[in-house]
Amino acid sequence: MKTLGEEKGDEKEAAIKLAGLLELLGITGKKEIELEDVDLSVRELVLQPSALAVPPPKVIAAPVPPVPPKVKPTTILEAPFSPFVQEYPGQIREVTLGATRSEGGSRGKTVTIGSATSPAFYLFEKAPLHPPVIAVDTFDMKVRLPKAIRMHVEEVWDDTAAWAKMAVDKWGVDALTVHLLSTDPLIKDTPPAEAAKTVEEILQAVDVPLIIGGCGDPKKDAEVFTKVAEVAEGERVLLSSLTLDMGDVGVLDGVAKAAAEYGHLVLAFTALDLNRAKELNRKLYDYMSEDNIIMDLTTAALGYGLEYSFTIHERARMAALMGDSELQHPVLAGTTNAWAAREAWLNLGSEWEPRELRGPLWETLSALVLLLAGVDVFMMMHPDAVRTMKAVIEQLMSRGKARPEKIANWVNERI
Amino acid sequence: MTERELKKGVKGLSPIDVYALLPKTNCKECGETNCMAFATKLVNREFSLENCPPILKKEHEKEYKKLQEMLAPVIKDITIGTRNHTVKIGGKLVMYRHEFTYHNPVSIAFDVTDEMSPHPRFSGEESLLDRVRKVEDFSYEYIGRTLNLDMIAVRSTSNDPITFKSAVDTVAGATKMPLILCAFDPKVIEAGLVATSGRRPLIYAATKDNWKDMADLALMYDCPLTIFAPNDLDLLRSLAKTLIEYGVEDLVLDPGTFSDEGLSDTVNNFTMVRRNACKGGDDLFGFPLIGTSITAWLGEKCSKEMLAWKEAYVASILISRYADILIMHSLDGWVQLPTVIWKFNIYTDPRKPVAVESELKTFGKPHEMSPVMLTTNYALTYFTVESDIKKFGTDCYLIIADTEGISVESAVAGRYLTAESIAEAVKKSGVTEKVKHKYLIIPGMAARLSGETEDELKNVGLPGWHVIVGPRDSSGIAKLLEEKWPPKEEEE
Repeated sequence: MKTLGEEKGDEKEAAIKLAGLLELLGITGKKEIELEDVDLSVRELVLQPSALAVPPPKVIAAPVPPVPPKVKPTTILEAPFSPFVQEYPGQIREVTLGATRSEGGSRGKTVTIGSATSPAFYLFEKAPLHPPVIAVDTFDMKVRLPKAIRMHVEEVWDDTAAWAKMAVDKWGVDALTVHLLSTDPLIKDTPPAEAAKTVEEILQAVDVPLIIGGCGDPKKDAEVFTKVAEVAEGERVLLSSLTLDMGDVGVLDGVAKAAAEYGHLVLAFTALDLNRAKELNRKLYDYMSEDNIIMDLTTAALGYGLEYSFTIHERARMAALMGDSELQHPVLAGTTNAWAAREAWLNLGSEWEPRELRGPLWETLSALVLLLAGVDVFMMMHPDAVRTMKAVIEQLMSRGKARPEKIANWVNERI
Repeated sequence: MTERELKKGVKGLSPIDVYALLPKTNCKECGETNCMAFATKLVNREFSLENCPPILKKEHEKEYKKLQEMLAPVIKDITIGTRNHTVKIGGKLVMYRHEFTYHNPVSIAFDVTDEMSPHPRFSGEESLLDRVRKVEDFSYEYIGRTLNLDMIAVRSTSNDPITFKSAVDTVAGATKMPLILCAFDPKVIEAGLVATSGRRPLIYAATKDNWKDMADLALMYDCPLTIFAPNDLDLLRSLAKTLIEYGVEDLVLDPGTFSDEGLSDTVNNFTMVRRNACKGGDDLFGFPLIGTSITAWLGEKCSKEMLAWKEAYVASILISRYADILIMHSLDGWVQLPTVIWKFNIYTDPRKPVAVESELKTFGKPHEMSPVMLTTNYALTYFTVESDIKKFGTDCYLIIADTEGISVESAVAGRYLTAESIAEAVKKSGVTEKVKHKYLIIPGMAARLSGETEDELKNVGLPGWHVIVGPRDSSGIAKLLEEKWPPKEEEE
C-alpha cells in the first residue's frame, strides 16, 4: 500500500517511527513529553508495521495529497475463482450386492456401492467411485397400488417372477426387491419355508442382485430371513431390514448370525435417529463384517417429512466423512414411500391433473432430493421415475459438458 | 477477516456476546422480560434487532452497527419490490440445513413475454393477463398453510424497448407482485424500469458485455442486479468485484442453469459458489443465487409434458442445492404442487421435533356422542388429520397415540402402532369417561389391527368397545362420518 509521500525519506521515516513509538508507550495527542535518561537511536528501533500507519505529527509532515474520489472501474476487474475444497478424514465403506458364480452365487452381475470420500456429487472435490443404484419393488402377493403405477404393472400384478423380469428386462434396473409381505401374521402368515421358495423362484427368474423385504414383524422377519439366508447361500442378498426391535424381542442375534454365516448383507433400519442408527450398527458388528451393512435412516414422502429424511442423510454423510466410523455405511432409501403422500395419487381437482404425471413426479422428486443428500440405493416403483433417476445419475457422474451458448440467450427465446 | 469469522460463527454466536452490546435496561419494550432473554431470541433468529426500540436510538448507534455486523448473514439478504409487496431473498446463515435453519424461502417467478397479447386473440391462446392471473391465483392448502407463488418475470423476446415497456406497463398495472425484468439490452431494461418506477424490480442481467450500462441503471433506479455468467465462475466472480467497486450493492448471481448436458456443472457451480461464501469466507460470492429451470424448455424437440417434467425436477434440484430465487415456465398444477411443497418443507426449522405430544385433542365442542378417532404422533400425520377435521368442522375427540413420531403406515409395519398400544392409548386418554358410546375410529392404514384391538380393549378393562376402520387417508373422514356416524347399534 502506498500510504506515504515520497519526499525526505530518512527524516520523515524517523519522525514516523518516533510517533509510532510514542503511541506504543501510550503517549498520544498533543501532550508534551520529556524523555529523560533515554538513549534513543531511531535506526535501531524495530516497530510493528502497523505503527507505520500512524500519521506523522503535523509539524513535521508534508501536506498529504487529498484522497482522490473512488474511481468507477471501466474494465472488468479480474477476480479469478478458486473453489474452497476440503479434505475429509473419513470414507464410506464399499459394499457389493449380489455374487456371481465364481463368487459363490448365481448372479449374472453384481453392483458395488459406497466408497464416497466427499459429499454427494461434489465433483470439484472428488468424483464418486460408484454411481448410486436403483432397485425396483415387487411383492409376493397382490397389493393395493395407485392407478398411476397399476397401469404399468397390470399384467404382472400377481406374478412376482414376471414383475421381476419386466423390471429387469424392460426398465433396466440394477437390482430387484422382493417384499415378502404375505408373511405378515396379520395378512397370510406365509411360513418361512414357503417364502424362501418365492426367493428361489426370483433368483431363477432374474440375474440381478436381490433385496429381500420382510413384513415388519420383528419375530416373523427374523424367522423368514434366517430361512431365506440359508436357501440363498452365497448370493449376497440384502435382508431388509434388521431393527433394534428385533433386539428387544431377542431375535436379532440369530438372524444376524444367519446372515453372516450364509454370506449376505443386512439393511440396518432406524427411524430418523442417528444415535439409534449407531447403536444398531454396533450391535451388528458383533456378528458380521462391517462391510456387510447398509443403513436405512427412514424415507418419508415429499410433503410428509421428506425434509427430515433429507437432513438426516446430509448429517449422517457429513459425520461419516468427518470420521464417525459407525456411520460410514452406504445408505438405502425406500423412495416408493413417496406414494404414501395423498398428493401423489388423490384426485385434487382438475387443476392438479393429470395424476399419471403428478404421481411419478412425486416419487422422482423424493428420490432426487435424497440422491443429493448422499443415498446410494433407491427402492422405487414407477418406470418413469426410475428412468429419470437413471438419466440424472448418469448426468451427475461427470462434468464439463455444459455448453454456455445453449442458454446464453435464453431471455430472448420464444418458448 | 474478523467480520467473516464472526459470521462463520453463527452457530457459536453466544447470547452473552450479543447481550454485552444491548442497552441492558430490561425495559421489556421487545416483549421479553429482560435483555438477556432478548439476546437469546436474537441469536436464535426468533427476533430481529429492530424489535429493540432503544438500540435504534442515536446513543446506541455504535453498538447497533456492531450487532448488525455480528448478526449479518453470510449470504446478503436482498429485497425485491417495495412496501407490502416484496420478497426477501438470500439471508442464509449456513450452507447445510442441519447447521441451523434456512431463511427466506426460494422465491419462485414465472415468465411472461413482451410479445404475448394482453388479452387472448383467439380461443385457447394464453394471454399475458391470463398468465399473470394464474400466478396470482395459485394456492394450495397444506397442513394449515396456504402455499402461493411469488413473482412475475417479464422477458423481452422482441428486444424492442417500446414493446417491452408496454408489456411491463400491462403487468405492473395488473399485479402488485414483485417483478423481474429480463433482457440483455440495457435500452430495453431501461424502458422496463421507467414503467416500474418505485417498484424496485430485479434486473436480469448484467453480462460481460453490458455490465457497465446495467450497473448505471441499477444505481440510477436503485434496483438489485443479476450477474449472468453461464458456466464461468471466474467471470461471475470478476463481475461481482467489478460491480461492487462500481457501487452496486445488491447483486444476485447466476452461474447458469443447464438442464440436461451440463446438469452436473450446474449442481457443482451452485455448490461451489455457496460453499466459497459459507465455508471459504469469499465475500464476492456472498449473494443470493438465481436458478433458471425455464431453460429446460430451450431447443428440445419433445412433448410439452416431457419439458415440464424436466423443468420440475431441475427446479427441485436447484431448491435443494442453494437457489434463492427461481425463474420457471410451467404453471401446470402437477409441476407446481410438488415444487412449492418441497420449497416450503426445506425451509422449515429442522430443530422442530418430528413428533407432537401424545394426548387427547378436542375439536369444536364434543359431547358424549361425538366421534372418537385415533392417529399417530408423527407431526405431519397429525397436522394433516387436524386440518382435515377442521375443514370438515366436526366436533370430535382425537387420540394421538405415541408411535415415536412415525406415520401410520410405517408405525403399523414397524410395530410402533399395535393393538396393545392402541388400547393403552385409549385407556390413558380418559376419553371413555367423556363419551357414552363405545366406538373407536382407527386409521384405514391400520385396518388389520381392528380385530385384535377390540380384544385388547377388553384386556385393558374396556369391554364392549368396537373398532370402526376409518379411511386410508384423512381426506375421507368427512365422508366416513357422514355415512357411518352415529353408528347403528351392533349386536354383541
